[in-house]
Amino acid sequence: MIILTIVLLAVVMWVVLIFNGLIKLRNQVANAFKQIDVQLKRRYDLIPNLVNSVKGEMKFEQSTLEKVIQARAAAMNAGAAGNMNEILAKEGMLTQALGKLIALTENYPNLKANESVKPLMEELTHTENQIGFARQFYNDIVTKFNTEQQVFPNNMFAAMMGFSSAVLFELPQDSADREVPKVDLAV
Amino acid sequence: MNIYEQQARNRRMTWGIMFVFVVFFLVIGMGFDFFYLRFSPLKAPAYKWNSLGYYEASVASQPVPYGTIFALLIGLGMVANSMVNGAKMVLRSTQARLAVPTDEKERQFINVVAEMSTASGLQRPQAYIVPDADLNAFAAGINPGNAVIAVTEGLLSSLNREELQAVVAHEMSHIKNYDMRLMTVSAALMGAIALLSDLAGRTMRPRYGSSLSGSSSVPGSSSGGRKSGGGVLMLVVFVLWLLLVVLAPLISRMLAMAISREREYLADASGAELTRNPLALVSALEKIRAAVTPTYSINNGVAHMCITDPRGSLIEEKMGLAADLFATHPPMQKRILALKVMAYQNARVEGRG
Repeated sequence: MIILTIVLLAVVMWVVLIFNGLIKLRNQVANAFKQIDVQLKRRYDLIPNLVNSVKGEMKFEQSTLEKVIQARAAAMNAGAAGNMNEILAKEGMLTQALGKLIALTENYPNLKANESVKPLMEELTHTENQIGFARQFYNDIVTKFNTEQQVFPNNMFAAMMGFSSAVLFELPQDSADREVPKVDLAV
Repeated sequence: MNIYEQQARNRRMTWGIMFVFVVFFLVIGMGFDFFYLRFSPLKAPAYKWNSLGYYEASVASQPVPYGTIFALLIGLGMVANSMVNGAKMVLRSTQARLAVPTDEKERQFINVVAEMSTASGLQRPQAYIVPDADLNAFAAGINPGNAVIAVTEGLLSSLNREELQAVVAHEMSHIKNYDMRLMTVSAALMGAIALLSDLAGRTMRPRYGSSLSGSSSVPGSSSGGRKSGGGVLMLVVFVLWLLLVVLAPLISRMLAMAISREREYLADASGAELTRNPLALVSALEKIRAAVTPTYSINNGVAHMCITDPRGSLIEEKMGLAADLFATHPPMQKRILALKVMAYQNARVEGRG
C-alpha cells in the first residue's frame, strides 16, 4: 500500500515537472514570435521612406518598386487577418521583393553614395537581418518545444495536457524568396 | 565534429581544468597546515571531560588550519572583487567609450550587436569603442544582463558588415557561454595562487626542522618502530610539496591559458552557429591576423577576453610547445582550419538535403 502510494506520488510529480517544462517552453515560443513581429512592424514603417528616397534614381525599376509596395500592403493585410500560413507566405514575398531591390541598388553607384539613402539602406539591411535572426531563434525554440512534446514518455501526456506542436517559421516551398535574385552585370 | 559536439567537448574540458585548479589550490593550503602547523585531518581529536559534565573534543588537540582557511579566503576575496568590479576595470583600463549612433560605422556596429543579441536570445549588450588603430575586440561583464562588447576603431574601419557580424557573434558567444565569468574567476585564482605560493615559500624556514625531527605530532611517523622510515618519506613528500608551491604560479598560468584557448575554439564554433556563416569569421580572422602590430591600449590582463592576443600575432603564429602552453589564444591557423571544416560540413549537409 505504502509502496503504491509512493509510486503514484512519484508519477504525479514527474507529470507536474513535464507540464511546467512545457509551459515554460510555450511561453518562450510566444515571446520569440513577438520578437519577429516587432521587426516585421519595423519593416512596414521603413519601406515607404526607402521607396520615396530611391524613386528618383531608380526610374527604370518602377515594377520592382511597385512590387515592394504591393507586397507590403499584402503582408500588412495578412497580419491583420491573423492566418499564420497566410502571414508566412506574404512576408516571404515581401522579403523576396526587398531582396531584389537591395540587389538592384548595387547597379546605381549614385544611390550607394547618396548620404540620405545610405543610412536607410543600413537600416533596411539591419531589419532584414533582425528578421532573419529572430526567425532562426524562433525556429530553434519551436524545435525544442516540439521535441520535448514528442519524446517518450512525454508524448503520452502532452496531448492530454493540451499541448500541440508549434509551427516552424519556414518560407513556403514555392516562395520566390528561395531563389537568389539575378543581377544583370552586363553594361 | 559538428558545432554541438564541439561545444559539449569544450564544456567538459573546462570543467576538468577547473577541477584541477581547485584541487591544486587546496593542496597548497592543506600542505601548509600539515607541515607547518601540524594539522592533520586524519588524526582523532582528544576528548576531555569538561566542567559542564560531558566529553568535548579538546581544542588544543589540533591546531587551527590557518593555511587552508587563509588560502580559501584569499581566493574567495579576489574572485569576489573581480566579479563586482571586473567589467568597469576593464573598460577604464582600455579607455573605451560608448559607440555613438550618429556615426555611420558605429551605427552599423550598434545594429550588428542588436542583431546578434536577437540571434542568441540574450539581452542587448552595450556597444563600446576602443580608440586604437589595431584590429581587436573583447567582451566584458559577469552576467549577460550587464555585458559590454567593445571593438577597436581599426577593426570597425577595416572590416565589412558580415565580418563585423562574425566578430560580434564570437564575442556574443563568450557572453552566452558565461566565459567572462570563467575567465575573470580563473584570472583571479591565478593571482591568488601566485600570492599564496609567495607567502608559503617565505614562511617555511622556522618550522622546517622541527616538523621533520620525528616528533609524535607529525602524522605517519607516530609509530615508534618506523620512525626513521617515516621521516624519510615525510622529507620526500615535503620536497615534492615545496616544489609544487614554487611551480604553482607557472602551472596555474598554464591551466588558465588552457581554459582560455578552449573557450576561444568554443566561441568560434558557437559564433558561427549564430550567424550560420563560418566563412565570414574566417575572413575577419585573416584580416585581424594580417594586422601584426600590438594593440597598445589593451594590456595583457585583458588578453584572454579579446578575439586575438593584443600582444600582436608573434606568439600566436608559433605552433610549438611554448605557444601551446602559454598563449591565451590558439594559433590562428588552427582556428581558421576548424572554421573551414565547419563551413565544409554545412555545405555538405545542405547539398544532401
